[in-house]
Amino acid sequence: MKVVEALALALSGLNSNRLRSVLTMLGILIGVAAVILLVAVGNGASVQIQSQIQGLGSNLVYIYPANARGAGGVSQGFGSGQTLTQADVDALNDKTRAPDVVTAIPVSQASGIMVYQSQNWFASTSGSTQDFAQVRNYEVSTGAMFTDSDVRSAAKVVVIGETVVDNLFGGDPSSALDKTIKIQRQPFRVVGVFASKGSQGLGNQDNIAVVPITAAWSYLSGGRGKNISQIIIEAGSPDTVQPATSEATQVLLTQHKIGDPSLADFTTQSQQDILNSATQTTAIFTVVLGAIAGISLVVGGIGIMNIMLVTVTERTREIGIRKAIGARRSDVLLQFLIESMVLSGLGGVLGIIVGAGAAAWLDNAKIASGTFPPPVVSYPSVFLAFGVSVGIGLFFGIYPANRAAGLNPIEALRYE
Amino acid sequence: MMDPSAAAQPAHAMIELEDVTKVYRMGSVAVNALKGVSLRVDQGEFVAIMGASGSGKSTLMNIVGCLDLPTTGRYFLDGVDVRRLNDNQLAAIRNLKIGFVFQMFNLIPRATAVHNVEMPLIYAGLNSQRRQLAMAALDAVGLADRARHQPTELSGGQQQRVAIARALVTRPAILLADEPTGNLDSESSGEIMRLMVELNAQGHTIVLITHENDIAAFAKRVVRLRDGLVVADQTQQQRVEASA
Repeated sequence: MKVVEALALALSGLNSNRLRSVLTMLGILIGVAAVILLVAVGNGASVQIQSQIQGLGSNLVYIYPANARGAGGVSQGFGSGQTLTQADVDALNDKTRAPDVVTAIPVSQASGIMVYQSQNWFASTSGSTQDFAQVRNYEVSTGAMFTDSDVRSAAKVVVIGETVVDNLFGGDPSSALDKTIKIQRQPFRVVGVFASKGSQGLGNQDNIAVVPITAAWSYLSGGRGKNISQIIIEAGSPDTVQPATSEATQVLLTQHKIGDPSLADFTTQSQQDILNSATQTTAIFTVVLGAIAGISLVVGGIGIMNIMLVTVTERTREIGIRKAIGARRSDVLLQFLIESMVLSGLGGVLGIIVGAGAAAWLDNAKIASGTFPPPVVSYPSVFLAFGVSVGIGLFFGIYPANRAAGLNPIEALRYE
Repeated sequence: MMDPSAAAQPAHAMIELEDVTKVYRMGSVAVNALKGVSLRVDQGEFVAIMGASGSGKSTLMNIVGCLDLPTTGRYFLDGVDVRRLNDNQLAAIRNLKIGFVFQMFNLIPRATAVHNVEMPLIYAGLNSQRRQLAMAALDAVGLADRARHQPTELSGGQQQRVAIARALVTRPAILLADEPTGNLDSESSGEIMRLMVELNAQGHTIVLITHENDIAAFAKRVVRLRDGLVVADQTQQQRVEASA
């Protein structure tokens, strides 16, 4: 018997008991829809975190001062050292010494209260160079980034993010331009406004102000001198991140006159490292969600097995007739296996539609916002869910179908 | 159509049972359903097998129909030793060499008449001419106009005629009818039996199992079973003479 005929038989079998077929399918439908939706939610979180990390700039490596050691080698905490200098930055920007480093910028953190007329606001304030915008992937939407000469002259100018504009200038970037705001009571002239990068997950990246690092040292360092809290280096492509990291490490070891790399007074962390650990976390999240939903698929499969056993018992006589007129064991087996696979496969297809529909609805209805990322249906999960649902039909159909195929025709024909 | 002169020639045996026994185990008790039956049915014969319930006629039918195998003895169907066959080969024999007609009609519910008739052809793996052959078989039993009806929409007599069409569609070596009129009124019974006689006249070999004398009277030969043994084997002519 051909599969086409078995399929036709299976469909007519399912059609003859519509309510029961639909209810059985519902079990698989709910399971598949749950898998699709929950994996989409996990996936959405993963996509969002990845895009945020990518949004920090691409192919970056962060260099932090090592933890300073006090008397007796007691660590004073992450980033507490002050071992990075402008000379290090200049050395890293030297193409003969670190050819794979495209740009290296120093960053000095100097957060403080900002005041404009009667408004005040707190934003993370960084001192850096004119390359900050390019390296950190910020676009200046209004005005311009401060210049090299501003850095050399320690000009009191600032480029601010959109959240700062919202809170100090009522959200109008053009009105902010050329106004003077006070940061830690020092007047800074606004020369530019960064375009918004969106503000979810990893802290608000628009709540930022950037001043020339020289101005930060002179006016905002609070007496800590020419402190550099991190150096960010940018590599040309993902492939050169690794060589750029080793070159930077070598340059800094030479600069700091350290022979043994294990004694380095700085640490490096590439963006890929951050991305990897974030991806790992969200992958675990996705797997856990998928596994919980998978349990309902197994329950649906048991429902199919149950109904197929009932069907086989009900149709014992029909099986006897079929065997008497020449159906082989394999014909009967195929008929019932295909019937259970059609049942679960159809449930799977409907489940995919419902799950993907629910994901799309969550996305469109803007219920997904802030802490709840928009779900992203992954195509592998769709194919996997369909494959698994058909597989469940196969697995849970084998026992009932085998029971049908093994029926003795004489007894089956006598069955009332 | 069988040439009447062919009856004179030694016909080739369709069924040949040689000292067939069948023992069933019911728990610890062994039941000897058949105690050594030898029977030969030639091509073109119309044989009625009679016997009371418990005489072994159902067991004999199951063995002749290849639904069951003899415990001892040999059974040749159309020259083939059935005991050497495996499950799939037996299924193929049932499919191609035997046409079953049951007392309960045993049509597949929720399948149209024509679909019921083409069922054996599906299992035979036939694709292209399936519908035409099924329609031709339905036409032969006079039910071509009921092809699209489901069993529940047909009378008992019509259902049994569909069953006969299904039995004939693969052009089997024998038509095996187990109490085919047992569930029918006398008028429908007469119709079915006249159809059987007509089919036999066309050359079909028919084995009929019944316990009713007036049904057996349509056959050309009557075999009587009692307690698992053949106790009488007479042609209709011999019966008439014996009763006279």
